[in-house]
Amino acid sequence: MSGVAGAGSQRDAGAVIDPTDAAPVLTQGTADRALARSAVSRRAGRRGPSDWRKRLEIAVLVAPALVLFLIFVVWPIVQAARYSLFRWNGLEPMTNFIGLDNYKEVLGDTVFRNALGHNFTIVVLSLLIQLPLGLGIALLLNRKMRGRTVLRLIIFVPYVIAEVIAAVVWLLLLQPRGPLDAMLEAFHLTGIRQLWLAEPKIVLYTMFGVLTWKYLGFAIILFLAGLQSVPIELSEAAALDGASWWQTQRRITIPLLGPTIRIWAFLSMIGSLQLFDMVWVMTHGGPGRSTETMVTYMISVGFDRNRLGYGTAVAIVLFAISLGMALLYQRFILRRDNIEADSGRKR
Amino acid sequence: MARFRVGSAVALGVSVAMLLAACGGGSDKPGASTAAPTGDGTEPVTLTWWHNGNNDPLLSYWQGVADAYHAENPNVTIEIEAIQNEDLRTRLQVALQSNDPPDVLPQWGGGEQADQVKADKLMDLTDLIPDAISSLGGAVGGWTTDGAVYGVPYSLGVGGFWYNKAMFAEAGIDQTPATWEEFFAAIDALKAIGVAPIAVGAGDGWPAGWWYYFTAVKSCSPETLQAATSSLDFSDPCFIKAGELLKEVIDAKPFNEGFLATPAQQGATSSAGLLANGQAAMELMGHWDPAVMNGLTEDNLGLGADLGWFAFPDIPGTDGVPGAIIGGGDGFSCAKGAPAVCADFLAFIVNETNQNAFGATGAGLPTLPAAAASVADPNMAALLEVRNNSPYVQLYLDTAFGTNIGTALNDAVVNMFAGQATPQDIVDAMVAAAKTV
Repeated sequence: MSGVAGAGSQRDAGAVIDPTDAAPVLTQGTADRALARSAVSRRAGRRGPSDWRKRLEIAVLVAPALVLFLIFVVWPIVQAARYSLFRWNGLEPMTNFIGLDNYKEVLGDTVFRNALGHNFTIVVLSLLIQLPLGLGIALLLNRKMRGRTVLRLIIFVPYVIAEVIAAVVWLLLLQPRGPLDAMLEAFHLTGIRQLWLAEPKIVLYTMFGVLTWKYLGFAIILFLAGLQSVPIELSEAAALDGASWWQTQRRITIPLLGPTIRIWAFLSMIGSLQLFDMVWVMTHGGPGRSTETMVTYMISVGFDRNRLGYGTAVAIVLFAISLGMALLYQRFILRRDNIEADSGRKR
Repeated sequence: MARFRVGSAVALGVSVAMLLAACGGGSDKPGASTAAPTGDGTEPVTLTWWHNGNNDPLLSYWQGVADAYHAENPNVTIEIEAIQNEDLRTRLQVALQSNDPPDVLPQWGGGEQADQVKADKLMDLTDLIPDAISSLGGAVGGWTTDGAVYGVPYSLGVGGFWYNKAMFAEAGIDQTPATWEEFFAAIDALKAIGVAPIAVGAGDGWPAGWWYYFTAVKSCSPETLQAATSSLDFSDPCFIKAGELLKEVIDAKPFNEGFLATPAQQGATSSAGLLANGQAAMELMGHWDPAVMNGLTEDNLGLGADLGWFAFPDIPGTDGVPGAIIGGGDGFSCAKGAPAVCADFLAFIVNETNQNAFGATGAGLPTLPAAAASVADPNMAALLEVRNNSPYVQLYLDTAFGTNIGTALNDAVVNMFAGQATPQDIVDAMVAAAKTV
């Protein structure tokens, strides 16, 4: 998993997924009861005599949050959509209306396309590498062994460190002839030494390595939480039937972990699409734009070149891509979990 | 792009806000009409002042200037905010869009100033402080837009090579390169003794761009460059030639290991740090480089007596005038709605007393000709002599062409350093950016 940029991205994700969809995975019992209650009260209140009071209550309770949401989220989005139709440097009055030209330029710009490619590379690599790695470690850490708590703690530490600090630390470690190179030398591995941050061909993979270091702990902790909800009776029964540990994991544990994995993949995808902090601190999108992501591209055209109209067009495109991916994922991948959750509600 | 960057050497963007101790009154600004232009009125006036000297010597120097002005004009209170250079540029951009920009703001002239003038953000100083402006002579050229002066430069430096004398001696280079051939011979000689001949902070973009500015000022005539600055027409073949000359340098592979990711000023592995710590033999940089290098060595002395300076060599067979050079400086502007006393304060900054004191700090090159003698450092004095004798000082191209084209140019040059752009690509990038201005 990469770049779930702290609480921010998780909040974003929460806004898209109904949080109750994720809840049954982690705390099945209580969540179900709460859902049942709210479903019952919703139905009962629909045509009752105290209808208007309930509505007033809702209006009063929701209004402050709604007003803030409108002012700080919806209005800026509307404004951004407007800015994106102008050629505007941020200093002069906004008068040069150019219609959709900014969008045409964004979609036609090879630098932006490459940036999009880099984002998708990170998405795919996360799924291909971080998923098996995280799952494997989570399964291992789920076994009873000495020092398990300490190991869990250690593996989670990178996730707790602020992203910018982690980036600065790695920036120093990866300098030419820096600590990492010295370590490789000590192990007589000079052959694989690279200009980790300066060779355009490999720097994106360096970045992915650091992201993996940073976010693997999050995947593992999520999977471990999911594993706790897998009933022990099932594996005991399987053991009685003569299943090996490996068979149990493959046939029972991992399938039952499905909803957790799907949620993790979703968060990972959104985080990868919005990847910014780590890249900005370590490479600024360089060298030669080889680590440019959609967000660094947006910042560099918007603020380094003062093309604010164009920059907001990039922002809108980024928004559309993220939203589109999120909806597709909801529709085709998370749907099964949603249906299961719904049937749980009716029970 | 930063011109005066002493500050960024040290901190990851720590900005120090200093409030001048003075009689209260808050930051309320009386309207421009109520303040006496000379500051000798009794109306209390507060000037907010942003500058990028967030480290000594400049931090205390500017504080002293503000204190001195307050002593002469007790009704004028100056609130200083010293901000690290890169942070300052970001914040300034935002502040200028708001209704409450700082009264006194840093100004690097050229296309950026022209944009601000076009958006009606700056005070026209031409008729407010004519004496101060004329005392600076030709130096205000870069701070003039459409014939009117909107900024007062207090430091005007030129770029060139800072080099390690001991390494040059070890490599058997008796005289600093004066021609293009000698320059390449020096690169070979330095390679032969196993040092990186040239450090470049291509990771920051503009230090790579600088190489193109210099090959361009050598390959293009002053008329072509001046015309391009206003017309944004880059069709002259000399702009291609500049790229070809730069490619010759890049193909000689003189740069430090991993230069594409090297920053200019942050830490010992920056280009300035490599030169200061004896890891590289030279660097193409501005007049501020010694100050930056000092901060990057443990003894705060940089290379000390081993540090030398020489100008970019002339290139025969091109349109450029021999001795032409790339330079630029730092100045201050007044925001449009600032109290009128602001202009008087700018004149105060560049009066002879203050320019002499500024020259003595060693943090820049005073623009006032009368203050030239105050520069004691031999390298700085040599640089000042080159500046004063140069037939043509071209403002840094990214500043001259404006942020938009300038950044596109720098990006394209970095691509050439990465082996991914041709001379034509650089020109194409500028032309494409010019269409979006």
